[in-house]
Amino acid sequence: MHIPDGYLGPITYGLLWIVMIPIWIIAASKVKKTLKTKQVPLLAIGAAFSFVIMMFNVPIPGGSTGHAVGGTLIAVVLGPWAALIAVSIALIIQALFFGDGGITAIGANCFNMGVVLPFVGYYVYRLISANSDVNSSRLWIGAGIGGYVALNVAALFTAIEFGIQPYLHRDIETGMALYSPYPLNIAVPIMAFEHLVFFGFVELIVTALVVKYIQQTDTTLLEHKVAYGVSAA
Amino acid sequence: MKLDTTKKLWIGLAILIVLTPLGLLATGTAWGEWAPDELEGVDYIPQGMQKLSDFWHSLLPDYNVPGWENSFALSSIGYILSAIIGIGIITAIIFALGKFLASEEEV
Repeated sequence: MHIPDGYLGPITYGLLWIVMIPIWIIAASKVKKTLKTKQVPLLAIGAAFSFVIMMFNVPIPGGSTGHAVGGTLIAVVLGPWAALIAVSIALIIQALFFGDGGITAIGANCFNMGVVLPFVGYYVYRLISANSDVNSSRLWIGAGIGGYVALNVAALFTAIEFGIQPYLHRDIETGMALYSPYPLNIAVPIMAFEHLVFFGFVELIVTALVVKYIQQTDTTLLEHKVAYGVSAA
Repeated sequence: MKLDTTKKLWIGLAILIVLTPLGLLATGTAWGEWAPDELEGVDYIPQGMQKLSDFWHSLLPDYNVPGWENSFALSSIGYILSAIIGIGIITAIIFALGKFLASEEEV
């Protein structure tokens, strides 16, 4: 889901950079109100987890690969605004140092995986786990389903960004695409299929397993009824 | 939060780092992440893509040391090194950011 440089034209990548800058500023101010010094290592662990889990490429039939993101998991523990910051930092480091995801596409990738993903995952989790005890299986089930839904919604956003390029940027004389050449009717079904059938379940399993582990190890990480920064959202 | 929880999670991360070479077993490329000359189902290189794809050269492309890609042993070491470097940078940034964002009160 890491869009490389060259797939998005300037309208899309420029717009998503412009959208992301105020979102990062809002996220920083939300997190500033709620983050405690004791939680900083947890935020670092969350970002590091997201970074490293994305290195576990999973092959699927047809030759494509994909991976989990971990954004829902971070949102479950630290809230979606903190997850936004953690995933964004992981993505920016991946783009700058490891060529995974483009520099021009940092806004787009942070929007899809850093904003859409943790917020969708978090609210699905909240919906399923609402009013349940901290040891309830609804927590890990809700987190897993949240992870599945969130990865799919993020993939849909990514596919739409790919898919609108042929309509936005074409060579006037030859009609050839200038950036991503795959229109919506190719990009959306392929991305949706891969994530609905395969990668969504990778995210589901990773998220559910870690939440289950946290429930058995230290439930204080899951106890907040009104999660950080969300009450004001 | 229990005192040793963070420690346990760091150990979990360390285990994941050591296991990262498993991710190298998947040799394919994710849909929509091909190099411009490897586009699936397209017989030309889009001009804008050609120009933009050269925009940035990372130090450790694909989480590896350039030249180490062809041996599984070397690329495994490169992959683990990349994970350590990446996580080191991320941790440093978040601890620095934490100085501005976090407050001391009890949770």
